Amino acid sequence: MKHKLTAALLGLGLAVTTAACGGGGGGGDADAAAKARGEITIWLSNNPEEVAWGKQMVAAWNAAHADQKVTAQEIPAGKSSEEVIGAAITAGNAPCLIFNTSPASVSQFQKQGGLVALDSFEDGKSYVEERSGKVAEQYRSTDGKYYQLPWKSNPVMIFYNKKAFAKAGLDPDKPELATYDQFLATARKVVAGKGAPFAIYPAPSNEFFQSWFDFYPLFAAESGGKQLVQDGKAQFASEEGKKVAAFWRTLYAEKLAAQEKYTGDSFVEGKAAMAIVGPWAIATYKDKVDWGVVPVPTSAGKPAAETYTFSDAKNVAMYSACKNRGTAWDVLKFATSQEQDGKFLTSTGQMPIRDGVAAAYPDYFAKNADYKVFADQAARTVEVPNVPNSITIWQTFRDAYSKSVIFGQQDPGEALDGAVEKVDQLASQS
Amino acid sequence: MRWLLGKQPAGTAFVTPYVVFLAAVFAYPLGFAVYMSFHDYFFAAPGAIVDRPFVGFENYVTVLSDPAVRRSFLNVGIFLLINVPLTVVLALLLATALNTAIRWRTFFRVSYYVPYVTASVALVGVWLFLFNENGLVNSILGPLAPDPSWLVNSKLAMPTIAVYVTWKQLGFFILLYLAALQNVSKDLYEAASMDGAGKAKSFWNVTVPGVRPATTLVVLLATVTGANLFTEPYLLTGGGGPDGASASPVLIMYQRGIEQGNPDIGAAIGVLLVIGVLLLALLQRRLLERES
Repeated sequence: MKHKLTAALLGLGLAVTTAACGGGGGGGDADAAAKARGEITIWLSNNPEEVAWGKQMVAAWNAAHADQKVTAQEIPAGKSSEEVIGAAITAGNAPCLIFNTSPASVSQFQKQGGLVALDSFEDGKSYVEERSGKVAEQYRSTDGKYYQLPWKSNPVMIFYNKKAFAKAGLDPDKPELATYDQFLATARKVVAGKGAPFAIYPAPSNEFFQSWFDFYPLFAAESGGKQLVQDGKAQFASEEGKKVAAFWRTLYAEKLAAQEKYTGDSFVEGKAAMAIVGPWAIATYKDKVDWGVVPVPTSAGKPAAETYTFSDAKNVAMYSACKNRGTAWDVLKFATSQEQDGKFLTSTGQMPIRDGVAAAYPDYFAKNADYKVFADQAARTVEVPNVPNSITIWQTFRDAYSKSVIFGQQDPGEALDGAVEKVDQLASQS
Repeated sequence: MRWLLGKQPAGTAFVTPYVVFLAAVFAYPLGFAVYMSFHDYFFAAPGAIVDRPFVGFENYVTVLSDPAVRRSFLNVGIFLLINVPLTVVLALLLATALNTAIRWRTFFRVSYYVPYVTASVALVGVWLFLFNENGLVNSILGPLAPDPSWLVNSKLAMPTIAVYVTWKQLGFFILLYLAALQNVSKDLYEAASMDGAGKAKSFWNVTVPGVRPATTLVVLLATVTGANLFTEPYLLTGGGGPDGASASPVLIMYQRGIEQGNPDIGAAIGVLLVIGVLLLALLQRRLLERES
């Protein structure tokens, strides 16, 4: 029926109509808004632990600021939070702060005129850089400003199922997973020894963000911390990128990783003996899997202290529809203070992007040794590049990766070479 | 006022709300989509000063030179070639069977209709259970199972989706045919019987011509529905895999327009799809009406 297409066109049309009609708090005079105080609304992610933290944070703020009340709500339901936020920007009804802004979407939101540069506050730049240290540099936009506050990361590492390893005759306390050769040998033993049907099961589907959980962590590790695109040039077709692609191709070709999408949690359900994921998942694995964790592999087996990985960060951004930006900035600083970051860490197990996070909360890490390794890894994380057309770049890369590495319809090296020109062109656009 | 309201002011008044509805909900967005497709257009915050220059056919050139878009149109062509004939044949045969005096007739009618009214997300789970690598179908087929499996096989992914959609929507088309069958005169069947026609001949010479207007409708609806395929490839094959073999134009439109923030490109794909569907519908109507 025509209605689906019409609905799609209608959606585009209505969004544009709303934009054209204006209204709804366009921000007005930026200087006045930066000083304005009063009630604000914030959005939190739908993760129950984060919602619980957000509620206590808001209650603490409201108790001390009756004239600047904060109202918090979960991000409205949608296919993804990025799409919901994009629509809210267009409609002019985005909240003041969103504590779940994907770094990959920042360039797009910025292009839409939807974000407030945090540098517009007197202490904006210094606050971001003092809190996050040198990691903050990865979150700076191409115009040199910060449109996002680096908030929390989930350094991606390799989780393994100790029981599955033991069943396959492997030592669960000393897994050999440091080099590609070791990893492949272990994967073969796990499958041959019926530890699990697959050694590892990253989502093989074609969504642009899936490469963050297969190729990208290993590329970050192999390259010593390079981003997918640096200085406007694609980096993934380098020797390091091709080694990573060849490694994953071997896993797929030998059916040690699955080509089919799995609708559940393959690690929890015993379909895979390993998973590549951040510490947010520990709460999910609790009481279900006897797990261990190691850094992602590299070809030569770099020491853990030198191994980089993908950050899987979510940040806080201020949206241009916000009228009381003075209050919003103060709330942002309050919510990312050392005290609130500590509560966030305790509630969720996710790492605040603070300089020296392990040293900042020694008691927590003393009691929760499982998380210490992630805190150490958090110092060596690589973010998605903050460049124009970020999502299109990731989709272009994913298409090439999917075709060659997952489905073996092209040589992986050739596929990566083929994607470079388009990615360079996309990154150079404004 | 007469020039404005015409000879029948009351009639005009009754029609006006619907005309306004059509203009606001269908015509304006469609027109705006065409406008977007000719501009360097992106969504912006209210009050944001942005430049959206006229770019002529640039977006169309981008779309038509994009291998993923061309592949998606080819994919949907394959889908329609399987889905439409299969829908017509199965719906007509099953409707004819369900129109006869068989036991449990109501049960069967409801059974065929249930998939149509059930959410795709729920049904996809069933289909995955049947067609994934370790699914029921491959277990039955054993060594004859395809490798790679159905949904990750670049040759079989789209046909598998086409069969799934046919199954899911069959109940609706059976209903259309059941309604049409009520209008086929019983006298014609009696006359055919008197002339010595068996069940097959009677079906071919009485039923098929008798439900031709319904067939025209079924073909048209199945074509338009198929051309707007989105949910099934998205859910079954994780975004159009493998290697774009199951990506549909609407899926690509969603990726480019919504996910990647290029609504001008999405609009251009949409306009091309509308034109394609209109041409196809016109062609089908000509062919089917000529036969009648």
